[in-house]
Amino acid sequence: MLIFERSHPGRRNAAQAPLLDAQPSGIPAALLRTDKPLLPETSEMDTVRHYTRLSQKNFSIDTNFYPLGSCTMKYNPRACNSLAMLPQFLARHPLAPDRTGQGFLACMHDLQEILKDVTGMAGVSLTPMAGAQGEFAGIAMIRAYHDARGDTARTEIIVPDAAHGTNPATAVMCGYTVKEIPTDREGDVDLDALRAAVGPQTAGLMLTNPSTLGVFEKQIQDIQKIVHDAGGLLYYDGANLNAILGKVKPGDMGFDVIHMNLHKTFSTPHGGGGPGAGAVGVGKRLLPFMPIPLAGKEGNAYRWLTEKDLPQSIGRLSAWMGNAGVLLRAYVYARMLGAEGMHRVADFATLNANYLMAELAKVGYTIAFPQRRASHEFIVSAKALKDATGISAMDVAKRLLDKGFHAPTTYFPMLVAECLLIEPTETESKETMDAFVAAMKEIWDEAHATPDLVKGAPYTLPVRRLDDVKAARELDLAWKPNA
Amino acid sequence: MPFIPHTEPDIQAMLASVGAPSIDALFDEIPAALRTGKLNAVPEGMNEMQVTRLMTERAAQDVTLLNFIGAGAYEHHIPSAVWQIVTRGEFYTAYTPYQAEASQGTLQVLYEYQTMMASLTGLDVSNASLYDGASGLAEAMLMAVRAHKGARRILIPASVSPIYRSVAHSIVRLQDIELVEIPFDASTGTTDLTALQQQAGSDFAALVIPQPNFFGALEDVDALTQWAHAQGALVIALVNPLSLALLKAPGQWGANGADIAVGEGQPLGIPLSSGGPYFGFMCCKQALVRQMPGRIIGRTVDLDGKQGYTLTLQAREQHIRRAKATSNICSNQGLMVTAATIYMALTGADGLRRTASASHANTQALVEKACTFPGVKLAFKSARFHETVLQLPKPAADVLAKMAAQGVLGGLDIGAHYPQLGSAILVCATETKTAEDLQRYITALQHALT
Repeated sequence: MLIFERSHPGRRNAAQAPLLDAQPSGIPAALLRTDKPLLPETSEMDTVRHYTRLSQKNFSIDTNFYPLGSCTMKYNPRACNSLAMLPQFLARHPLAPDRTGQGFLACMHDLQEILKDVTGMAGVSLTPMAGAQGEFAGIAMIRAYHDARGDTARTEIIVPDAAHGTNPATAVMCGYTVKEIPTDREGDVDLDALRAAVGPQTAGLMLTNPSTLGVFEKQIQDIQKIVHDAGGLLYYDGANLNAILGKVKPGDMGFDVIHMNLHKTFSTPHGGGGPGAGAVGVGKRLLPFMPIPLAGKEGNAYRWLTEKDLPQSIGRLSAWMGNAGVLLRAYVYARMLGAEGMHRVADFATLNANYLMAELAKVGYTIAFPQRRASHEFIVSAKALKDATGISAMDVAKRLLDKGFHAPTTYFPMLVAECLLIEPTETESKETMDAFVAAMKEIWDEAHATPDLVKGAPYTLPVRRLDDVKAARELDLAWKPNA
Repeated sequence: MPFIPHTEPDIQAMLASVGAPSIDALFDEIPAALRTGKLNAVPEGMNEMQVTRLMTERAAQDVTLLNFIGAGAYEHHIPSAVWQIVTRGEFYTAYTPYQAEASQGTLQVLYEYQTMMASLTGLDVSNASLYDGASGLAEAMLMAVRAHKGARRILIPASVSPIYRSVAHSIVRLQDIELVEIPFDASTGTTDLTALQQQAGSDFAALVIPQPNFFGALEDVDALTQWAHAQGALVIALVNPLSLALLKAPGQWGANGADIAVGEGQPLGIPLSSGGPYFGFMCCKQALVRQMPGRIIGRTVDLDGKQGYTLTLQAREQHIRRAKATSNICSNQGLMVTAATIYMALTGADGLRRTASASHANTQALVEKACTFPGVKLAFKSARFHETVLQLPKPAADVLAKMAAQGVLGGLDIGAHYPQLGSAILVCATETKTAEDLQRYITALQHALT
């Protein structure tokens, strides 16, 4: 039932409305609203029950193992939430003078310093509001760098075919054309194709390492040299930073610019789709172009650095300074982990992924790159299973929901047929992963014995499989009374 | 080891299963020369008690003054239930609802949100949100250019927030889209129709109409919409969602209504929190829905014919269309939208209207009193929502500093952005302000001026 269907005309929630019911003075009638917006008329208790019950229809990290590849669904510590929501942080207006926000600014400055160290970059800006906006900032900086040198013939961004869809979409938003290059049989970038692709038109290469195939790009030093020799810059998509946190710094691999998904590696909540935070780090060459504002420190005082301090900046990407509250959560997390804790993130994320990969292989599932180490994630291909039983990756995913596990990422990356991208993260215990393996074994057996059972899944959730074709053809995007 | 549950026997059993001698051996594909040494700038870890002390001390360094700044971020009462429900783990720690069957809670909330926003703006459809109002405006411009299929110029009044204009410029300029600034009338602070007329016949994709505008003044939205439509351009309404409880919905502007409405969702239950996270909303006419960026939720049925909700029109999006997507946007501000939906459900149309009108009344009362001081006057004579510009007889920065010393954030100095206004501050008094608060403002202003 929708909240609108719980509405009763004339029911008011007096506790949440100002006592004064003044008619607006001095606004011409032609500018006033005459109809009443379609908002529910419900009591506070009914509203609380409605949304509490809706919450119970979700899977979440707090309730379920959520091995969604490339999304790093690790535990979101509760302390990060409660400390980011201290009243002084919540009450601060973004335009209040810097001197009234020294505590907040100190946190932002510290976070910039921590992120510089773990990525090996010379500067960090926290302002991008999501990974995709971090990508935008990064590619815009690459363009600003070439433009500032008068090197305007560079019109192309190279993207491996395994990349996230945001990579090519970002390059286009920044006014570039996209050149896609293939992946070799080992899951690495095809170096010959890369050598053939670069040239005076190359502005840069966007690379995820470890890649979306769940393997570390072994030839990164060669790639770095090929792109730099051609005059291009190297962009690091930090979606998989969790796999190398404390192990390798993107700056040491030769990357000129990176974005970090703080909602992945630094454990800020995903919130059903956002808000994220996509901080960017840059090497020396790109320092003047960073998006503003930055948290600056002069003596013991902190202040925002703006256009005046960075006249060559690519500019502002949000009205204020990005998703401040998300950044506070990331900061608390970083302080709790400390240097030792960060080294251990990659250790245990990688141990868990390799363990889960080995155990699923024992069940019979096909590992996409069995000859490689898993990074923090790995790919199972259900192609052989589908050929044998008719059960697809989607069927496996839906049946997992019945068994209380969120599904892995399905059908991404597109390079691997019937792909399940699985990322357990470091915060899951061996028992949880063993239970997941047991569920995958049950599904394996069901696929062979009772495939129709699997094809009809899920059965135990609030709804069964939904008709996506109907959803797109007969658009119903808003409720209408008496419809 | 914070948040890592492994015992030593676990580690040994897992390594045995993998067939690796040590955890370190799992990294043997990484070239040795690249391996990281010590992290020097990362401090030692802290337990929860220690980090609580640290953050409590940091928070105590932030001074909360009695706030009369708006300018795009507004202080409003937020019902306790909003954030208590929003931070339930089931909402807080869920991912984007790719597995619809396991995400019906989030999906239904988003569908309810889309319904509420479409109704508030008087348009057909809403997306599931964008990052914030300013970047949302940029996305609306890109959308208008796609829909118009030809022109790459956007007319944008100088009465739009200078911050928003700056953000939009940062984002759209890389696609060679030009923003053409339209001056405002010096007496009304609203878009100058004579100046606008000079653009007649020129090739532009859209006109942005802010309501209320950055000065808090109300634009003649009907006339502006009519003019833009007569020119064959789209209308992008940039609106404060709270104001729509009182003001005419963009879907009703002019004869045919605005084509796209965007704005900052923060007034709907989101705390100020230094500027984020907030959310941008975007609504449009049905005919434009396939040009819209961002997530969209649709209602459909399951195998048994039962109603349910799912992500739809994904063929517009980057994970399907890659380089041909409507935007690179991958997320929405889902948690913020959850807050806004619960906020609007708790206040209802009546509560929202009272909040809007109480904010309007407080600002009216405040400026009336402020203008009794010699030399303090309204910059513009037009009608306003809950914000306005005061011109001062002394330098704004000095006056604001003196008011701050008395515990009052007296407004925003906008002289640098609008030198023609002289010493000018933008002032806002929302429903949170009592008669005593207004008196404190007046007293502080009086001291600052003498």
